[in-house]
Amino acid sequence: MNQEQKLMNIEIKDLLSQIGDYYRSGHRLVQIGCTKLPECLEINYSLDKDYSFTNFKIKLEDLDLEVPSVSKIYWGAFLYENEIHDLFGVKFKDMAVDYQGNFYRTSVKKGFNP
Amino acid sequence: MNNPKRTIVPFGPQHPVLPEPIHLDLVVEDEKIIEAIPSLGFVHRGLEKLVEKRDFIEFVYVAERICGICSFIHGLTYCLAIEEIMGIQVPPRANYLRVIWSELSRLHSHLLWLGLTADAFGFEALFMHTWKLREKILDIIEETTGGRVIFGSSKIGGVRKDISAEKLSEIVTKLNRYAQEIKEITDIFINDSSVKHRLIGVGVLSKQDAYDLGAVGPSLRASGISMDTRKLGYAAYAEIEFSPITETSGDSYARCRVRIRELFQSIDIIKQAVEKIQPGELEVKVSGTPKGEFFARTEQPRGEVIYYAKADGTRFLQRLRVRTPTFANIPALIKLLPGAQLADVPVLVLTIDPCISCTER
Amino acid sequence: MKIFVMAFKVLKSLFRRPATLGYPSVPREYYKNTRGKISIDIAKCIYCASCQRKCPAQALTVNKLEKKWIIDRLRCVSCGYCLEVCPKKCLAMENNYSASALKKEEEVFEGA
Repeated sequence: MNQEQKLMNIEIKDLLSQIGDYYRSGHRLVQIGCTKLPECLEINYSLDKDYSFTNFKIKLEDLDLEVPSVSKIYWGAFLYENEIHDLFGVKFKDMAVDYQGNFYRTSVKKGFNP
Repeated sequence: MNNPKRTIVPFGPQHPVLPEPIHLDLVVEDEKIIEAIPSLGFVHRGLEKLVEKRDFIEFVYVAERICGICSFIHGLTYCLAIEEIMGIQVPPRANYLRVIWSELSRLHSHLLWLGLTADAFGFEALFMHTWKLREKILDIIEETTGGRVIFGSSKIGGVRKDISAEKLSEIVTKLNRYAQEIKEITDIFINDSSVKHRLIGVGVLSKQDAYDLGAVGPSLRASGISMDTRKLGYAAYAEIEFSPITETSGDSYARCRVRIRELFQSIDIIKQAVEKIQPGELEVKVSGTPKGEFFARTEQPRGEVIYYAKADGTRFLQRLRVRTPTFANIPALIKLLPGAQLADVPVLVLTIDPCISCTER
Repeated sequence: MKIFVMAFKVLKSLFRRPATLGYPSVPREYYKNTRGKISIDIAKCIYCASCQRKCPAQALTVNKLEKKWIIDRLRCVSCGYCLEVCPKKCLAMENNYSASALKKEEEVFEGA
């Protein structure tokens, strides 16, 4: 597939302002995902406008740190953030709809991040 | 603040109209819905964690079995992601064969949806006639690949089976004959007054809402936004002429019309691909292990699916993340429901085409 | 405006033969390409266990000392990957499904 995909690393404190800028310029939220690397967790946000694709990545070393939620800007993001909270144990601040750990009722909590 | 007229009605996970389990808690006041809260996780299998145990060549077989209705395109997107990381060029004949099988998959999925919608508002005779047509498409698929819903024909570097030239022209003749029968049945969906009474004006999604909430697929195109991931040009779609189908009114009738028009567009795309295919090889040999990351995007019958693969040089992938279109359409469903009557809820849940086993992998 | 379109369709299909097959009294005809159950020519097998390592459903067990090849029919998904990796090409795929099973047991093939 031959379209360009941009991947950028940003800090947690710039997250809301960057996503807000992209919202005002007409992008839509595509997905929010999380990867477990050997030394930290990496959360990536994908945005798209007219078939061009942009990604932001933030690195999280400490699980007690709360990541600000983007559901005030994009309301549909609450599903992705609840899923990451249930599977990886990341805490988000001010989610639009908060299931408090009961989104996926699995027998092993935080299964992807043992 | 306890309003005594409001009750909470649980909808699902077992319901006669739902093909797969999803749970909604509906806050209802005198037959009108005020609010809806979704609840998922009934078929969660943890397939993303299985990637640590099956190496990257075998995982195609697991990726195809994530969902039963949209199975070929899951396998195709996984192969596209790994091929892009490893820099493999697939031969052109394999690309055209992939296009033909993707469009056959789209045909059978839309016919399945039409039948389920007719069943949702009680029109069982139409449901049976639509599924009779679907059986004929499944017979074509079984003749060419070996399985009715799980095709088993994608592999990294190409395809596993071939279709001969006479079989291809036989497929085109059959599809021309079936197009006439499909037109008779879909005319009933469009013109019948009882169908129109249940679908027009129900569940309106405005253009700005559909874009902001992240809806994808026919639910987005029926609100007026022209966005189809096939235009990115993967797997020989760059050489085929077609344009995304849109409608403007954004209600359930518009979503039904978009899917019906896409049926005829798929038959046209298959005819174009059969004209342009050239003889050649089917696959390229794969050696080595992948290292890198990539986002692969394709268009399933329900919308845009994204596979994120990250590999670090060993035989097992480090991370595979699948975001399916129904997961992105659920916020749109939650915004559609308030204001509708309680008897319209099954039809509304079916118009976004829920495929819950994909959603929860 | 057409009326009675669906009513005519239903009446016509009342007098035609049914679209379904009277299975199991009428047998189903399979196509040449249909993926069914796996069979083995046990005389050619060298018990290298490549098929056991590569099976995505973990349905095969190969025992070199006792010369046995065991398949669990309920786990096999007929994907055909074992056919591609066998070095002696002794596996084949028939085109009918295996019969329904009444209890969970495995099928054992013993070589000479």
